[in-house]
Amino acid sequence: MLASTFAVGFGLGWAGALLPQEPPPAAAPPARAFAVVAETVHTMAGPPIADGVVLVRDGRIERIGKAVDVAVPDGMPVWRAAVVTPGLIDAHATVGLSGVLNVRHDQDQLERSAAVQPELRALDAYHARDPLVAWLRSFGITTVHTGHAPGALVSGQTMVVKTHGRSADQDVVVPLAMVAVTLGDGGRAGDGKAPGTRAKAVAMLREELQRAREYAAKRAADAEAPVDLGREVMAQVLRKEVPLLVTAHRAHDLQAALRVAQEFDVRVVLDGAAEAYTMLPELQRAGVAVLPHPTMARTVGELKNGTMELPRLLLEAGVPFALQSGFESYVPKSRVVLFEAGVAIGHGLPADAALRALTADAARLCGIDARTGTLVAGKDADLALWDGDPFEYTTHCLGTVIDGIEYRDGPR
Amino acid sequence: MVGCSRLLLALFVLPAMAAAQEVRVFRGARIVPIDGPPIDDGVLVVRGRVIEALGARDAVAVPAGAEVVDVTGRTLIPGLVCSHSHIGAVAGADGSGPIQPEVRALDSIDPRDPGIQKAQAGGITTANVMPGSGHLLSGQTVYLKLRDGRTVDDLLIRTADGGIAGGLKMANGTNPQRDPPFAGTRGKAAALVRAQFHRAREYQRKVAAANGDPTKLPERSLGLEALVEVLEQKRVVHHHTHRADDILTVLRLREEFGFRCVLHHVSEGALVAAEIAAAGVPCSVIVIDSPGGKLEARNLSLETGAVLDRAGVLVGFHTDDGITDSRLFLRSGALAVRAGMDRDQALAALTLANARMLDLQDRIGSLAPGKDADFVVLSGDPFAVRTQVLQTWIEGSKVFDLDDPRDRLMAYGGYGASEGQAMSMCCFGQGGQ
Repeated sequence: MLASTFAVGFGLGWAGALLPQEPPPAAAPPARAFAVVAETVHTMAGPPIADGVVLVRDGRIERIGKAVDVAVPDGMPVWRAAVVTPGLIDAHATVGLSGVLNVRHDQDQLERSAAVQPELRALDAYHARDPLVAWLRSFGITTVHTGHAPGALVSGQTMVVKTHGRSADQDVVVPLAMVAVTLGDGGRAGDGKAPGTRAKAVAMLREELQRAREYAAKRAADAEAPVDLGREVMAQVLRKEVPLLVTAHRAHDLQAALRVAQEFDVRVVLDGAAEAYTMLPELQRAGVAVLPHPTMARTVGELKNGTMELPRLLLEAGVPFALQSGFESYVPKSRVVLFEAGVAIGHGLPADAALRALTADAARLCGIDARTGTLVAGKDADLALWDGDPFEYTTHCLGTVIDGIEYRDGPR
Repeated sequence: MVGCSRLLLALFVLPAMAAAQEVRVFRGARIVPIDGPPIDDGVLVVRGRVIEALGARDAVAVPAGAEVVDVTGRTLIPGLVCSHSHIGAVAGADGSGPIQPEVRALDSIDPRDPGIQKAQAGGITTANVMPGSGHLLSGQTVYLKLRDGRTVDDLLIRTADGGIAGGLKMANGTNPQRDPPFAGTRGKAAALVRAQFHRAREYQRKVAAANGDPTKLPERSLGLEALVEVLEQKRVVHHHTHRADDILTVLRLREEFGFRCVLHHVSEGALVAAEIAAAGVPCSVIVIDSPGGKLEARNLSLETGAVLDRAGVLVGFHTDDGITDSRLFLRSGALAVRAGMDRDQALAALTLANARMLDLQDRIGSLAPGKDADFVVLSGDPFAVRTQVLQTWIEGSKVFDLDDPRDRLMAYGGYGASEGQAMSMCCFGQGGQ
């Protein structure tokens, strides 16, 4: 056990010092069909299955059930674990754009040349082979909602991607998931540029939505009208095809987000939301989903009133939420959403709610619940294998299955 | 007049003495002394500020008149010792130069900084509070007992000779690299440090040669005085260092000048574990949730503690607060266990090993008769994700109680919990932004 942990450490952690910077993804050759057998299988589509079997074929879940009901065909390879869960979903990150080295040439999460740039696609910036993608996968995370970071009023688009670590085009699930907006201090442009105040930021956002509305009408009337890439995207927001992902922490900024959403009848998902606990009834009434800041986020600046109890408080108020690793400008360069969930459990979030927030609820929030997030026959074979309670500090992730491909990254 | 002042003294001192001799007995917990086997259903007897006795329920008599505290089902461990922290709004050297040994961290500490209360909430009772790593030598560190105090003096630890306990903070690698007069390269950094230690040796020789004659003493240098304490092994160097070659540079300088030192962070320590072990130098290791964030931490690994421990190195962990949160310090040990470290060693790495690195192992770091009554009451296994720090005691006084609403706010967060809290993170945002 110790020896293999150590070996994995060298495989993923230390390789950078000894080998070329970007080792190829650790994918085993895909077996066409195999079985995963576990003492407990959390399907998240019903009660946990004791002594469960998941049959995987051609990238999908073929059958799932109790071992007594689902026979493993003779000769089929079997991968055993104590606990199996759906592959975990990090409901908001910047991994793949904010690279591991944190030097200028690997930081593509924030373009500062203008305050409003909804035309920036995550797909064109996502670096699938950044070591942090494989790092997250080694902790059971098989899907990430990632993209442009907070820090500009409209910083760009986000995407949903599986953590194979191959390429954006091969691994993408949803190329345009949300449009990232930052309100409050984090959205200030600085250097005397607009927006310089909260009120100016909201005015500029409203202006942008208004112009996009006019643009959409013009394009509808005249197919030859010149294309504006940014307004094309904002028009999708106005058609409710794509939500705004509004990063805001102070209560008055969260209220501003709800105000704009109501005025323009657009969908918003609130990100960070450190003071959301001061306005739970409003959030519940608005039917808005929240991605609470990482539980261990530093409570400085706009997060000074943050609490590690936020996920529990959202749950008890009936506000839909999923958990995230967020954006980090320094260390840890990427948080691990599994760990953030663990600390939320340590602060009162029930474990089953935490697991839902990392699987079925996150899938729904990211619009991928038809494909992943629960273990059901016909869905993508996205699994995480554990040697115990996934949330305990001392449990190991043994590996993952993504689209039927085994990644034996563990035990880690 | 003399009699009157003696009476006044007695009036002030006697009540304090009486309070100091209060006897409390904590009964029923699983006691983990660190320097001995765990005791189930144990008894801990605290007289005044020190531990009087501990053992199994039937082996330790409850002194007459003692207040009995029922801690049945709880786990009792020594107060945690953080060997590297930046709480208390600490600051050290300024931008005027790379080497400033005369600067003392203690002159910057705000005892009301919420970071101190949050550290209490994490079970931390002693911390090495240090200036940052943006200098080759950023000043004198201060070892604080996190007592509830009004001034920094209330938090100081006095050494046997009446001095203030603390070390000296040094750094190499990229953090202290800047434009002149700072070093721009590793070679220059080492040369500046060596030249400074030669000046300290010269100062030391002149002071010795004067043999107490004030006319022959060199002009007093506050900075060189501190470095002479380092040369005489009275003050420990706490050296920030990440990359394997930088770690070896510290060992080389230590060999040349004979100082005692603790290596801090040691992101690539596993690559040079044998060399560190051969030098007999302790390591204060940081546990971070992912590698990277800066070039020299690209190979940071959760296995570092386990690898160094197996190589025979004295291993401690630290929060580097605000890099990691003091309230979650136990988690650093737990993640090291996840990565293969022995559980007992991981718990020692949060307590007694760190006490050793601060030369305080005779007073803190384990539960033993005669030691300071610094301990933590936990709801369960120290390394379980649901375990709560319920109470923190320092020298027989309770400084944190999760049942107290104000303390709970500090422990979990919420409106006002971090008001005015200073954030000290060297080089935050220098990396990629």
